[in-house]
Order: sequence, then structure tokens, then C-alpha cells
Amino acid sequence: MADVAFPDEAETRARWGNFAWTAENAAQATKIIARYPAGRQRSAIMPLLDLAQRQVGAETQTQGWLPVPVIEYVAAQLDMPFIRALEVATFYTMYNMAPVGRYHVQVCGTTPCMLRGSDDVMAACKNKGLIKGKTTPDGLFTLTEVECMGNCSSAPMVQINDDNYEDLDYDRTVAILDALAAGDTPKPGTQEPGRHTVEPLGGPTTLKEMVSGNHDYRGDW
Amino acid sequence: MALADKDRIFTNVYGYQDWGLKAAKARGDWDKTAELMKRGQDQIIEDIKASGLRGRGGAGFPTGLKWSFMPKAPTPERPSFLVINADESEPGSCKDREIIRHDPHKLIEGALIAGFAMRARAAYIYIRGEYIREAETLFAAVQQAYDAGLLGKNAAKSGYDFDVFVHRGAGAYICGEETAMIESLEGKKGQPRLKPPFPAGAGLYGCPTTVNNVESIAVVPTILRRGATWFSSFGRENNKGTKLFQISGHVEKPCVVEEEMSISFRELIEKHCGGVRGGWDNLLAVIPGGSSVPLVPASEIIDCPMDFDGLKAVGSGLGTAAIIVMDKSTDIVRAISRISYFYKHESCGQCTPCREGTGWMWRVMERLREGKADISEIDTLYQVTKQVEGHTICALGDAAAWPIQGLIRHFRPELERRITERKGEGGAMLEAAE
Repeated sequence: MADVAFPDEAETRARWGNFAWTAENAAQATKIIARYPAGRQRSAIMPLLDLAQRQVGAETQTQGWLPVPVIEYVAAQLDMPFIRALEVATFYTMYNMAPVGRYHVQVCGTTPCMLRGSDDVMAACKNKGLIKGKTTPDGLFTLTEVECMGNCSSAPMVQINDDNYEDLDYDRTVAILDALAAGDTPKPGTQEPGRHTVEPLGGPTTLKEMVSGNHDYRGDW
Repeated sequence: MALADKDRIFTNVYGYQDWGLKAAKARGDWDKTAELMKRGQDQIIEDIKASGLRGRGGAGFPTGLKWSFMPKAPTPERPSFLVINADESEPGSCKDREIIRHDPHKLIEGALIAGFAMRARAAYIYIRGEYIREAETLFAAVQQAYDAGLLGKNAAKSGYDFDVFVHRGAGAYICGEETAMIESLEGKKGQPRLKPPFPAGAGLYGCPTTVNNVESIAVVPTILRRGATWFSSFGRENNKGTKLFQISGHVEKPCVVEEEMSISFRELIEKHCGGVRGGWDNLLAVIPGGSSVPLVPASEIIDCPMDFDGLKAVGSGLGTAAIIVMDKSTDIVRAISRISYFYKHESCGQCTPCREGTGWMWRVMERLREGKADISEIDTLYQVTKQVEGHTICALGDAAAWPIQGLIRHFRPELERRITERKGEGGAMLEAAE
């Protein structure tokens, strides 16, 4: 979200200047840093920024973002200059540089989804009052058009927070947004009745034994 | 000739069964892994070479040969690394996701064997940030392997110490490029490095590194179990093995399916996808290997063998075998223009021809979509694609140029029609105003 203007720094600093890990996240941060060789702790910048964004999200009941003081905190822990951490935060699209809503609705608009009707998904969002790049006044939904999410055989799709909703159309999108607004948890994954994951609709053309049991094919080798 | 279920590697690709270690073992994973490793490093590399396996991430470089570039005697101060590319972001590609969320132990076992063969100290699996649930599964599967003694010290009782770490990306297509991935793993912006030095000489942390695609690594244990000749019995010469095909777009039933390499497009679509929407006469064009390869018109693709050489012969490529099918209802200019937007969005900004060129090309594509251009601009656009292509550090510039070149090559009359019709309309409107 690099094209979003940074929020006011004084306000941000007043609110987030005292940011520190929760006990649980502090332990998690130590665990993450241990994945990389000694002296290479800088490698942990991406997972730590993600962790920090999630903590900000938990504290604000949203999907979180990265205020400058939070980035400074993470950079200090990894003993790296702030600017190097800021570069990372602004380079990758999943770090939010401004607050987002409780549900971050990320509609894929790339060609494979477009061919299967992502225009209808966008239209459903629009008619529900969601505006691209903005958060709804009630703070519930932020809408972003994103690039290919790798769900092309069950397109079109939307990622909302940590879950994907696939095989969408206009009505299914509306149903998901309505359910979220009502505080329900819609079933993630494909929304196509009778489809399990990415097998052809109507049942797999291969590996049919796997549907009903954990078949071991080695006997046929 | 059809591929039999017994010869499919990813038997749980649809996730009907549990991904966990116990179920994976029951399907044949982690079966006497130490014995496979006893063949020795050089023999494993020879076996993979003999199997004809070519990299499944798009470029198709022979996997065994790539491993052989790694140093034979790494030192503790300068260990070797295996980096597994799970940054699947090429529009159309959705196969590594199925491996990771439904068959992760094939990947983890492959990581151990491949890492051992190239004498690596550890593997980092770089999974794209948007694969959130998939990464959760992968973290859990790696933990299962550690808890069962299959990773870590004396991994799988092989006498070899090997670690596997998972690293999540955060939304940047460019990190699928191997040197950008290494930069990103080091905690930097994912901007590709100049080569040489190649990663096998100086990669992650300056140490020898091999970057392999998820599918390339996950097929390794099965190839070793069943033998190189088994794998090479599928597909045409130079295009061996089985392959996960991902079909999206205007087919009746889009899906991911493992098939024999070199299967014809027609057979693949008829057998697994219920045919083209509206029948074969309704097929317009196909992007056969993910967004970065040029499209192929219907007449040339229908009986084309789906493999590296077959698709090269029709001016395109197999890429990741991500097949985007477009029927005659498609606004073909918009379809390609949306791909141009993708590359504009994903350009890392390092090289001028790509940073400036991708935005420029997209803007012209958008004008061509509406016919708001002059016919001479088609040639100007083509020339610009040629100036971007080959003049950047990595292949993103090429990837942005090729789809447009494919469009101009095969659909110039359509581009011209839009311009002429718009001019015609404008003319008519002027007349009416008078």
C-alpha cells in the first residue's frame, strides 16, 4: 500500500510511541529470529513487521498497520537502521502504511480472475458501499484490488483477512460481506456447492479412490 | 496414452485426505528415506539428471545439472543453502499451493534429500505472504517432521544434519526471481542482483545457494523411489516426466491436475476440464504458461503438445504450465492490458527500462483497448517492448514485453479495427453535429 499517504506523524507518535511486544509476541519474535544464522538477524525483518502489524491490529480491532514508531521498534530490536526497515515496509504490499478496517477485502483483478467474472465481485463490493482504496465509515471494510493471489483454478476470488473465498459470483460475494457484517464466519474456500477444492466441478477425473479413503497406490507400482 | 493414477506423484492434490505426517506416511512419504540417501550425493544427482527432470518454476533448467554446480566440500564458515521457491505469484499459477496445503510432506522430504545431495546445511522455504493458511500448514508440517526426528540432527536417521525453515514473503511478485528472493531472505527489498556471480557461487549470505521451485523438489523422493527410467518414460524426449497443469479461464471445469508431459492441449481440456466453454469453435486464444508467455491463437494450440519444446515451437512457452483459456467472448486487448497492469504494479523499480516501460506500455495498451490511438502507435508499442526486453537485470522486463508482442503478432487486425471504428464513430458524430 505504498501509494497511501502516511498518517500524521505527531498523532501517530503520541498513540504508538510506547509500542512494545506483548509477552506472547516477544516470545514469538525470539523464536523467529532463531530461524536465521547468528549475526543475520536482519533476515527476520519481514516476519517481525508482520507480527507487529498483527499486534497493532489486535489492539485496534482492525487488520493492523505499521505506524512509524512501530517500525522503529522492530528495527531497533534487529539492530538495523530505521530506513532499511522502512524500505522493506514500503516495498511489500502486505504491510499497511495507513490504518485499515476490521475486514480487509482484497479482490483479485488479474486476468485469470477477470476472465471468470471478477468485475461482478467488484460490483458487489461497490454496491455494498465499499470503495477501492478506502475504508467504510463504520470502519468495517477496507477494499483493495490486488494482483494474482494464486487461486486461478477456483477464480474469481477474494482474500478477506486470513481466509480466501473462491469460485465467487455477485450473489456469493454479497452473501459473504453480509455474513461478515452480521458478525458471522462464512465458510472459507470454494463457494461452489459440491466442489471440494480445485478438482473439476462434479468430482475428480483422476485419483477417485482418494475421495473416500487414504489410498496407498504403491501396491500398483 | 493416459497417465494412470498409480503413476501420479501428488495423490492428495485435492486434499480429500489429511495432510499430516501419519496420513502422508500411509501414502508412501518418508518411507526409508535414509536408504535413498545411502546411495550417496553424487548418485542422487546422477539419478535426477537421468530422470530428465527440468525445473518446474518456469525456466525449465535441468534440475540435476543445477545441483551439480554446488561445491563438493563446503566449509562450516561458508555453508551451502537450498532455497525453495514457494513464492507462486505468476498469474495463472496455482499448483504449489496445492502441494503445500495438501501434500506438504512430499516437499519437506524432498528438501532433505535435495539438500543432502547438494551438501546444503539447511533449506529455507520462501512462501508468498498471501498464502496465509498454506503457510500455517507448512509450519505445522515442518514441526511434525522435527518432532518425528525426520529433520534436525541425524535427520531421518540418515546421519546427516539438516534444518528446514519457513520464511513468509509479504506481497511482491518479483521475489519469485531467485536473486530477489535471496535479497528478500536477507531482510532487504526484493530487488534482483546482477549475475554473475550466480547463486551457486555466492547466494544467500554470500554462501553457495541453489533456488528450486516447490514442484521440482517435491517430485524428487518419488523419482528416487521409482527410478529415473520410470519418470523419463513419460513425455517426449527432452520434456520428461509428469506435471501439474493448472487450467483457468473459459473452460467448463477449471482445475489443477497431474498429467503426463507432452499431453495435447485438446486431450487435457477434454479429459479434465469438460471442454472449452461453448465448444472448440468458440476458442479464441490460450496463454499456456502463466501470464509472462505470449498467447497462442486457437488454431495453433489445439493439437499442440503441452511441453517445453511443443510450446516453444508455437512461439510461446510452458512456463509453470498455468493454462489460461480464453473463448470468443473475451476482450483480448483488455485481457492482455490487465497483464500489463500487473507488471507495472510488480516492477521493483530498479532498472529504468522496466520501471518506466511497464507503466508506459500499460497506458498505451489501455488506449488501444478503447481504440483511442493512431494505427502507427501499434508499431511504436512493439518497438518499445523490444527496447525493454533484454535490457533489464531480471526477466520481469521480458515478461512484461512478451504478452504484448504476442497480442500484436496475432491480433493486430483487432487492434486496428478498434482504432478505425472509433475514428469512424467520431467522424459520424462530427457529421451529425454539422
